[in-house]
Amino acid sequence: MRQFSMIDLVALTTALQYTVLLVVLALAFGSPLALFLALLRTTQSTILRLFTAFVLQLVQGIPLLALLMFFYFGLPVFLGVQIPPLVAVTVAFTIYTAVFLGEIWRGGIEAVKQTQWEAAASLGISRWQQFRYVIAPQAMKIALPATVGFLVQLIKGTSLAAVVGFVELTRAGQLASAATFQPLLIYSVVAAIYFAICFPLTLWSRKLEAVLNGSR
Amino acid sequence: MALVEIRNVQKSFGALKVLHDVSLSIEEGEIVTIIGRSGSGKSTLLRCINALEEIDGGEILIEGQKVYGKMPNLKELRQRVGIVFQSFNLFPHLKVERNITLAPTLTGRASKKDARELALSCLAKVGLEEKVDSYPEQLSGGQQQRVAIARCLAMSPHLMLFDEVTSALDPELVGEVLKVMEDMARQGMTMVLVTHEMGFARDVATKIVFMHQGRVWEEGPPSELFANPKTPELRAFIGSTRQT
Amino acid sequence: MGNLNFRPLWRYQDAIIEGIVTTLWLTVIATLAGLVIGTICALVLRKGPKPVRYLIYTYIEIIRNTPPIIQIFIVFFVFPGFGVRLDPFPAASIALSLYFGAYASEIIRSGLDSIPRSQVEAGHCLGLSGPQVFFHVVLAPALRNIYPSITSQFVLVLLGTSIASQISTEELFHTAGFIDSRTFRSFEVYALVALIYVLLVTAFRLLFALIGKLAFRWPTRR
Repeated sequence: MRQFSMIDLVALTTALQYTVLLVVLALAFGSPLALFLALLRTTQSTILRLFTAFVLQLVQGIPLLALLMFFYFGLPVFLGVQIPPLVAVTVAFTIYTAVFLGEIWRGGIEAVKQTQWEAAASLGISRWQQFRYVIAPQAMKIALPATVGFLVQLIKGTSLAAVVGFVELTRAGQLASAATFQPLLIYSVVAAIYFAICFPLTLWSRKLEAVLNGSR
Repeated sequence: MALVEIRNVQKSFGALKVLHDVSLSIEEGEIVTIIGRSGSGKSTLLRCINALEEIDGGEILIEGQKVYGKMPNLKELRQRVGIVFQSFNLFPHLKVERNITLAPTLTGRASKKDARELALSCLAKVGLEEKVDSYPEQLSGGQQQRVAIARCLAMSPHLMLFDEVTSALDPELVGEVLKVMEDMARQGMTMVLVTHEMGFARDVATKIVFMHQGRVWEEGPPSELFANPKTPELRAFIGSTRQT
Repeated sequence: MGNLNFRPLWRYQDAIIEGIVTTLWLTVIATLAGLVIGTICALVLRKGPKPVRYLIYTYIEIIRNTPPIIQIFIVFFVFPGFGVRLDPFPAASIALSLYFGAYASEIIRSGLDSIPRSQVEAGHCLGLSGPQVFFHVVLAPALRNIYPSITSQFVLVLLGTSIASQISTEELFHTAGFIDSRTFRSFEVYALVALIYVLLVTAFRLLFALIGKLAFRWPTRR
């Protein structure tokens, strides 16, 4: 047993890099998928739309923790292969990001008035071009506050990677806590670090929201 | 004594002075129509009568009683003064019947038992008995506004205030609301209206008040005021409304 | 590729049911306590003295901007510091209630704010008192506006109770870990548990939709 010291702070800071890495990976893989899902949810085909809605509802009913466990423990056992922890964890967060961000972006797309589609279509451009040049820029503006809000959710969500032993900020906190027997102090420091990252984002999201409401 | 006595009333919103020294008296049975351009302070004046806005100077007396926001019997006063708003303000979660009987039953003027009868008799006055079990959003704007009038009538007010009650309506629905108001006027209700309906002002009002820049610019019976406006401002105003 | 075999899981059905019951208890406790906390906070935020309002803002922001798992750890470890031993279940209940409360207060506050001033004015103009206006004019439409957000928050807390397993609360997810450690059928265990959560969430969503339909029947413009 030892006191909480510089060593722990260094360990936490190092682990923070992995938290950031998880967030970046989740966004890098998750957002294209989210865009795809959002498009499927707003497509003109009713069957595709309903099917996607059904799948999204299902995945949204699974705890993030269960997703992590499934890809970390369940799938490798079933497939009989070794999956590196980073890959398993990234897959889980990618799905999480795709599903929630997909819903947010769908909301953004649907908030753009139907007449904008019609106006764009009357210009004789393709459906993708209508989306790309007319709908998407407006939808992005509408969905931005909620997207930043989700970023906060995602950062907090990466803490669950600790449960499968992936050493990010929360796991580093657990290790330091076990070494020092000062859980309350350590977890308060860890909470403060998360807060320092998330709170500015929350404020930013709220400011964007206010600007958006002001402009409408 | 006049039913409503408005003496030297002043009102500002921040730096903006909306009412400069307004005086006006309203006798029992009068139909007073306040006209003027938007921003002339006419709606504010109306809202001051009901203490929806606190005045900064002067005084307003209703039945000899001074009106102000923190007056002890403001509730009782408001039970005697009905107001109808531009945006109807019906309660969306209550059926027409309950919209009308809510205040009478809560203030002990009607028993639950008599409530439906009261609602029906008030609806009869606005010609909407068949809508007693509808929700507000199932009605047209004109019908909603007539229910709002019936809701006021259920309190048997001594005085009714109308704040641009036809401005939010589609043109074809204006007539039905004006007709209800004409009926009320004929039955001797004291009414104060802010309106853009010049025809109604000319035909029904007993007194026209022209407001300009927060002041009572001219007042008098409609025949006189519309025939010989004394000020260029009123002449210009009448000219600008002629085509409608 | 392995073979799917759910059979070894069957003998644990009692444990699974117990886990589900504990999960539901946690969710219900957190929701009820959270609603009480949220209502009080929302009312104080509207009318309360400034220092208390800042205190509440601080509470809300801390909860919203830190991970729930850390919150649970802190609640779990804070009490022994005062010499009180707290079992996992009450600790998790407290943490989740505080969590729900922070979100509920924002939802309730904006629900109350969503009622136009003109509705309140109309009530006062009919000669109703302040409390009469609140209970007869504001409350029902505000509840209708609050309802969808509160129910989706309920679902998020139901899923979030899984985190309580990390301080050994014996809820559904903890049970899953236990069965996994006995059977080594990780794939089947976590697939089954995920399915149970999905079924619970779906059942509640349907129930809430039904209640909403029955409770809020008046038509609205949008």
